[in-house]
Amino acid sequence: MGAAISVRNVSKSYSLNQGGRFVALGNVSFEVRPGEFLVLVGPSGCGKTTLLDLIDGLSLADGGSILIDCVPVKGPGLDRGIVFQQYALFPWKTAKGNIEFGLEARGVPKAERAARAAHFLDLVDLADFGDRYPHQLSGGMKQRIAIARALSYDPEVLLMDEPFAALDAQTRERLQDETLRIWRQTGKTIVFITHSIDEAVYLGQRVLVMAAGPGRIVADIAIDIDRGADDLRATPEFVALRHRIWQLFHPEATAAARVVRDGVRQSTASEESRAS
Amino acid sequence: MSTSVDRLVEASGSSGPGHFARRAARLLRGTVAIFAFLAAWEILPRLGLVDTTFLPPFSTALSAFVEMARSGELVEHLAASAGRAFSGLILAVAVGVPLGLVIGWYRSVAEILNPLLELFRNTAPLALLPVFVLMLGMGEVSKVAMVFYACLWPILLNTVSGAREVDPLLIRSARSMALSQTRLFTRVVVPASLPSIFTGIRIAGAYSILVLIAAEMVGAKAGLGYLVNYAQFTFEIPKMYAGIVTLSLLGLVLNEVLVLAERRLTAWKGDA
Ligand SMILES: Nc1ncnc2c1ncn2[C@@H]1O[C@H](COP(=O)(O)OP(=O)(O)O)[C@@H](O)[C@H]1O
Ligand SMILES: [Mg+2]
Repeated sequence: MGAAISVRNVSKSYSLNQGGRFVALGNVSFEVRPGEFLVLVGPSGCGKTTLLDLIDGLSLADGGSILIDCVPVKGPGLDRGIVFQQYALFPWKTAKGNIEFGLEARGVPKAERAARAAHFLDLVDLADFGDRYPHQLSGGMKQRIAIARALSYDPEVLLMDEPFAALDAQTRERLQDETLRIWRQTGKTIVFITHSIDEAVYLGQRVLVMAAGPGRIVADIAIDIDRGADDLRATPEFVALRHRIWQLFHPEATAAARVVRDGVRQSTASEESRAS
Repeated sequence: MSTSVDRLVEASGSSGPGHFARRAARLLRGTVAIFAFLAAWEILPRLGLVDTTFLPPFSTALSAFVEMARSGELVEHLAASAGRAFSGLILAVAVGVPLGLVIGWYRSVAEILNPLLELFRNTAPLALLPVFVLMLGMGEVSKVAMVFYACLWPILLNTVSGAREVDPLLIRSARSMALSQTRLFTRVVVPASLPSIFTGIRIAGAYSILVLIAAEMVGAKAGLGYLVNYAQFTFEIPKMYAGIVTLSLLGLVLNEVLVLAERRLTAWKGDA
């Protein structure tokens, strides 16, 4: 079972070259239950990667705390695995070698690595591609190897930073389904980042909507939909949730629609009064 | 990227009937210019278009080459030169690669050493030839030291830039697996720098021969540079050309060996 994550009053700013500081995250708090599939969705530049790096321990927060099963994060650890948008596979290692790298980090004895790597290659459906180098794999295959590598050292939490954003639509949908399958099969806690509302609603049990300036969470939405439905994306529940999040993304668009509507109402009223 | 799979398939199925003809055509394309050059070398002196005293036909140079090869004279000079070039090059790799990796990876070391490196890098090695002779004499040590010095810079500078330009995403990826600093260095920085290191070594290979020949011409009792210079001095012109041809062959072989080693060790890069 995956671990629980607590993010409490976390803030992070970057110093700028021209002096001063840029606040990337201001006072962010949320909780993730063990084994939950949480999606963070927000427009580009709202601080999603910054937040995920903090959870992974690749950088440290200026204020607040992050706890994994009640233990504060002080740096990277094998209790968390991360998958990046640009795959980040080691080009000098084969697919199998990349997965074994994760096992080696975990301290798995050499003799056991090959068998465990084969298991994870199988989990991502690439059993026959273990000897390929990354440049011999398609984008989707590379990302599956990266997922296998992150899972190989058996972390309790899997962090995914827009992992499918660079893939074509068909591959993306296929990998979304594979991610859900792996999540159900392994019971990991997943924190998944995306800027795609569609992807957020499709994958998440719960979606946190982020906004920029400074990066913060503006809504926490439970996704209660029947995942057994065919063509889930076309169901009214899916469309309604999608639209609700879209409105949160575009507060100005919603406001503008109101102005137009109100404006029309006002001008009709004034014409009526003139006519009378 | 996506076509590399098809390319693999094509490569593994390349033993069809057209295969031999294609290879022959490639071999012809690769050697036709050389044959034309040698033919011109043979014919122009024979037609009297150039003075045979200064440029004897290729066949005359070739028979001098065969004669010297038979008498063992050529082997002696070739062995002397190859030994010096190799020793200097290997020493330069042994020093330049580790030093370059450390300078490139540890920023503070780079900041201190950079100005000095810039200065040395911009001092032509041949300008220092008299200094080497002055301090180390005319023997083997000064020649190997000269080659070492000339080879060190391309290796060092390419290694530094390789280590400095490791993809930050790979570093992040390795750090996320809680790798220690030492393992990050040995398991990620070193392999990621290999392509750059090899570029440096290949450039150094060409330098090693260039600088060695100059050093052997200035003062030596054996070696191809000495042979060429001496043959010219005593007016044994065919011998001089035989020495020059041997030199090109040595350079060619050295480069080929380095390219093969590079290809083997960086095969993961794919069709480079
Ligand atoms: N190292 C940095 N220095 C300065 N600003 C940064 C740095 N990293 C990110 N930022 C800024 O912080 C904001 C959030 O970045 P990021 O977390 O990458 O956003 P997202 O992943 O949501 O697109 C952006 O405006 C970005 O320009
Ligand atoms: Mg990002």
